[in-house]
Amino acid sequence: MDTQLDLWEVFIQGKSGGQFMHAGSVHASDKEMALKYARDLYTRRNEGSAIWVVLSTHIVASLPEDAEMFFDPANDKIYRHPTFYTMPEGALQI
Amino acid sequence: MKLAELESPFERKIEAEEKIEPRDTMPEAYRLHLIRQISQHAHSEVIGMQPEGNWVTRAPSLRAKQILLAKIQDEGGHGLYLYSAAETLGISREELILQLHEGKAKYSNIFNYPTLTWADIGAIGWLVDGAAIVNQVALQRTSYGPYSRAMFRICKEESFHQRQGYEIMATMMKGTAEQKEMAQDAMNRWWWPSLMMFGPHDSDSPHSGDAFKWKIKRKSNDELRQKFIDKTVQQAYVIGLTIPDPLLKWNEDKQGYDHGPINWQEFKQVIAGNGPCNKQRMEHHKYWHEEGRWVREAAEAYKQRISTLN
Repeated sequence: MDTQLDLWEVFIQGKSGGQFMHAGSVHASDKEMALKYARDLYTRRNEGSAIWVVLSTHIVASLPEDAEMFFDPANDKIYRHPTFYTMPEGALQI
Repeated sequence: MKLAELESPFERKIEAEEKIEPRDTMPEAYRLHLIRQISQHAHSEVIGMQPEGNWVTRAPSLRAKQILLAKIQDEGGHGLYLYSAAETLGISREELILQLHEGKAKYSNIFNYPTLTWADIGAIGWLVDGAAIVNQVALQRTSYGPYSRAMFRICKEESFHQRQGYEIMATMMKGTAEQKEMAQDAMNRWWWPSLMMFGPHDSDSPHSGDAFKWKIKRKSNDELRQKFIDKTVQQAYVIGLTIPDPLLKWNEDKQGYDHGPINWQEFKQVIAGNGPCNKQRMEHHKYWHEEGRWVREAAEAYKQRISTLN
């Protein structure tokens, strides 16, 4: 049987200080290979200042069909948003 | 149709212009349609490296050689983005390559034509990549998330490909009589196959019904072909190239060009495997796939060894 090596997910930080964003996947047999392939595939035009690679099998994901129930706890807590509060008229810089 | 009347979450998402993601439930036919389309797209990128690779050692300058190498590397990268997108649908890379080798999966017909002169590299970048861009820009709005994201990434990179091709043609059209003739000859040979890249006419397109219903495909073959013709004719005119279609004519009513009949007989012949380079393209791919086997095996063996040491 042929092998196409393991599947890794690639996360790129565009500028230092920014968030790491999922860019795509690569096939590689070890972490150094995964990192180099990710560099060659996803940062050929200076798209990145740093890269994370992680084995796809190590990612735990929520289920789309459970989304409603899963995210339910956030639905009734509008007081977490600043717009919930009434500010006294005339108050500045708040 | 009102949203509430739609039965499945899948249909509701499609209707609401939301993307379908790998873990969403989807009809089996949708999954299979995408695997066929995305893998054909991936194979096209990879096989497309061959006609261009033919000119790496004979590029006319170091600048041209560097650019061509970078472009070919991009095509390989595009293939990888697309294979990854296909894999999210539950098919392995091994299976995808096997389907190509067994002739069960296809690649774009255009790459079964030879690159005879340096002008062909210009024509491929300008016309073939130009046609691909028109198609891929429309596919950015496709309903499957991973495919759509791959299209955004690819489109961002393709515009350099088209511009470098057009620059080659423009440079040759400012050259000697012989160079001009070479550019026109490439134009004559690549124009019609480029129009065929968009596939059969809408009235004769076997896979379109479901693809539109599921929003995999957003624009029809003829719409996309028209778009390509309308923008390319002007570009040809600017550098003094003639479109090899005596029936090409501006149509004031539709604000677009009418074109002469496409030779679908030739299209079918090439798809059936009788194009000038079908055999060569597949043999080359199979040969180098086998030649690379030991590298993959060595990488696996190294992984095993490292894991026993840790």
